[in-house]
Amino acid sequence: MGLTQERAPIYEALERFRSMRVVPFDVPGHKRGRGNPELAELLGEKCVTMDVNSMKPLDNLCHPVSVIRDAEELAAEAFGAAHAFLMVGGTTSAVQTMILTVAKRGEKIILPRNVHRSVMCAMVLCGAVPVYVNPECDNRLGIPLGMEVAAVEKAVRENPDAKAILVNNPTYYGICSNLKAIVDIAHKAGMKCLADEAHGTHFYFGEGMPAAAMAAGADMAAVSMHKSGGSLTQSSLLLTGPSISEGYVRQIINLTQTTSASYLLLASLDISRRNLALRGKEAFAQVMKMAEYARREINGIGGYYAYSRELCNGDSIYDFDVTKLSVHTLDIGLAGIEVYDLLRDEYDIQIEFGDLGNILAYISIGDRQRDIERLVSALSEVKRRFGKKGASLMSQEYIDPQVAVSPQDAFYADKESLPIMETEGRICSEFVMCYPPGIPILAPGERITRSILDYIQYAKEKGCSMTGPEDPFIERLNVLKEEL
Amino acid sequence: MEFWFSEIQTPNVKLSIRVNKQIYSGKSEFQRIDVFESPEFGKFLTLDGYMMLTEKDEFIYHEMITHVPMAVHPEVKNVLVIGAGDGGVIRELVRYPEISHIDMVEIDPLVVEVCRKYLPQTACRLDDPRLTIHYEDGLKFIRARENEYDLIIVDSTDPFGPGEGLFTREFYGNCYKALKEDGIMVNQHESPFYKEDALACQKAHKLIVESFPVSRVYQAHIPTYPSGHWLFGFASKKYHPLKDLKETQWNMRGISCRYYTTTLHKGAFYLPAYVEEMLKDVE
Repeated sequence: MGLTQERAPIYEALERFRSMRVVPFDVPGHKRGRGNPELAELLGEKCVTMDVNSMKPLDNLCHPVSVIRDAEELAAEAFGAAHAFLMVGGTTSAVQTMILTVAKRGEKIILPRNVHRSVMCAMVLCGAVPVYVNPECDNRLGIPLGMEVAAVEKAVRENPDAKAILVNNPTYYGICSNLKAIVDIAHKAGMKCLADEAHGTHFYFGEGMPAAAMAAGADMAAVSMHKSGGSLTQSSLLLTGPSISEGYVRQIINLTQTTSASYLLLASLDISRRNLALRGKEAFAQVMKMAEYARREINGIGGYYAYSRELCNGDSIYDFDVTKLSVHTLDIGLAGIEVYDLLRDEYDIQIEFGDLGNILAYISIGDRQRDIERLVSALSEVKRRFGKKGASLMSQEYIDPQVAVSPQDAFYADKESLPIMETEGRICSEFVMCYPPGIPILAPGERITRSILDYIQYAKEKGCSMTGPEDPFIERLNVLKEEL
Repeated sequence: MEFWFSEIQTPNVKLSIRVNKQIYSGKSEFQRIDVFESPEFGKFLTLDGYMMLTEKDEFIYHEMITHVPMAVHPEVKNVLVIGAGDGGVIRELVRYPEISHIDMVEIDPLVVEVCRKYLPQTACRLDDPRLTIHYEDGLKFIRARENEYDLIIVDSTDPFGPGEGLFTREFYGNCYKALKEDGIMVNQHESPFYKEDALACQKAHKLIVESFPVSRVYQAHIPTYPSGHWLFGFASKKYHPLKDLKETQWNMRGISCRYYTTTLHKGAFYLPAYVEEMLKDVE
C-alpha cells in the first residue's frame, strides 16, 4: 500500500504493536495500565495500552526514520509544506522553534505587539530583540488588528538587519494581515517570514478561507492542530518551506522537546491529519455555515455585534476568518469578561474567552446545531436579565510598548519588587498577561506607563484572570534596579 | 415465539411490554421513531427506544399537563405548545372554545406524520383551524417572542437528545419573556424516583424557580413511564395553582375527563416527603 492520505502510519503501527502483545520491560511503568488501575479506569483500557514508549516498531520523535517520518511526510503533503514536524509540547513549542531557528542573541525580529506569550518567551530564551509594528486598533471594537503593509515596510526600512517578520494568521479574533504581501517584503529584504497559525489550521482545508501561510510562501508556520484540527490538547504541527533546513530545525526542537513523546498525542495528530485531508473541506463548510447562522441570530438580538468580513479594509483587516464567532458586547452595557462569566455561571456554557469589550465562542467540527441554539438563546437572556444602558465601560486600547532593553536582558537583570502602583516609569522584568487570550500587557524590558497600570487595575476589577508575575496576586511587580 | 419491547429505564431496570407486531420503524434527521402494537397497552410510540406514549395511559399525561393550568388561568386565548408532535396536548386544548390560537413547535416533522398515520387517538385534532404547526427548534422559536402567550405547555422528551435545549435556563428565561404578565408555563418534569431522573428533575426545578416568581410541582401516576411516578412543573408570573384554582367555573364547562378532576387538581400538589425535600434542596 502506497503512502497516501488514507493512511495513518503511527495509528497503524500502534494497532500492529497492540496485536503483537509484547511483554513490556520498558517504560512507562504503569505497564499498559496494570500498575495504575484507577488511571486505567479513568482513561479506559484502550487508551492506557496505547501509552507506550518509543521503540523500533514505533519510531522515535527525536530522530524519526520510519512511521513517524511517514506521518510527517503525509502531513507535509496535506498542508502543502516542504516538511512538517509533529510537536508534542503545544503550539508554544512550535512558535519557540520558529524564533530559535531564525534569530540568535541580539538579532532582531519584526512583529506585531499582539503576539502570543510564547513568542516573547522564546526571545527571553534566545536573546533576540523585538521590533514592534503597531497593529492598528479598531476604535469601536477595541481589538488589535493586523499589520498594515506600509508599517511593515517602514519597519523593514528602519531595521534592514532584522532576521524575520512574524505574522499572526489570524489573530485570536480572526483577523488576517495581507500575508502574501508581507512574505514578499520579507523575502525582498532577505528576511524569513514566520506565521503563528495557532488559530488557522482550517485555512489549509476549508474553501473560501483566508490564505494559509504555506500557500502564501511563508518560511515557517506553527499550526495548532488541537484547536480547529481536532487532535488532542498539546499536539501541534510545525510546517516549514523549502528555504529552511529540516535537520537544523530538528536540532532546535530537540533542545527543549521531551525525549518521551506521547504516542496518544502523535496518533491523534496522525488521525486528525487524515480526517482533515479526506473530509476537511466538507467539515469546515459546515463550521462556516454554523458560525454564519449564529452571527445572524446574535445580531438579530440587538445590542450585540457579531462581526465578520464587513470589517475588511484591504490592509489592517485584509481578511477575516468567518469560523471565529467574535462578539462585541459593550453596547448591552456589559464587558466581554462579564458575559463570559455569566454564560458559565448562569447557563452552563463555556466559551473561549472574554476580554474587556468582546467574547469569542469557538465553533468547530465538533459542534451541534442544538448547542448553537443554546448559545444564542443564552446571549439573548443575558441581555434581557443583566443588560445595562449607558454603562461607562473602558474599552481596550492598544498601548504602544516602549522597549527599553531586550526581553532576555530584562528577565535576567538585577531587579527589585515594588507595589504595582509605584512602578510607573520603571522597566518591567516580567510578563503580565490577561488569560485568555494570553497576549502580554507587559513583557520583560518594557517601560511601565500610567495607562498600562490603569488597564491592569481595571481588568483585575472586571474579573480577568491575570498571570505572569512572580507575585500571584499581581500586587507587586519586579522591575529593573535603577542604575546609580 | 415471544416478542417483547424493552425500555432500559436505568442501567439496572427495564420495563418490557409484549408486542404483537411492529407497525412502523423509521429514522428522521433527529431520532429513530418506532410504533408497536401490544395486547396490554394498545399502540405505542417510542423515540430512540424511549417510551413516549401508549394508547392505554396517554390520557393521564395529556389531561394533567393541559387541564391543570386551564383551570387556574381565567382566560386563555393564545397558547404555545413546545414538542407534542403526537397531538395529545392539542386534542385536550381544542376542547376550550375561548382559545383562539395555538402555536405548536415540533422539531421533527416525521413524528407528526407518523402519529397522524398510526396514532389517530392522539393526532385526531391536528387539523383544528386554530392550530399553526411550526417545524423548528423550540429554543429558537421562542427566542424572538415577547409578551405573547397566556399559556406555554412544554411537552418535551428528555433532558438528553434533541429535546435537551428545553431543560435549560435560557429556555425557561425565554418562556418567561414570551408570556404575558399573567402567563403560566407548565412542563413535564421527569420522575423523582430513579437517581438520574431525580437529578434532572431537581435541576429543572432549580432553573424554573430562578426564572419564575411562582413555581410549584404536581404529580401523576403514569404506568409506562420510569417508576410510574411522574412530576409536572407549574410556573407562573401571577397565579397560584391552588389559591387561584377556579373550581366551579371549570366544572361548569362540563369537560369530561378520565383522570383530571378539580379535587385531584388540589391533591396533585401534595407531594411525598422525599420529593418535597428534594425540591426544597434547590429552592
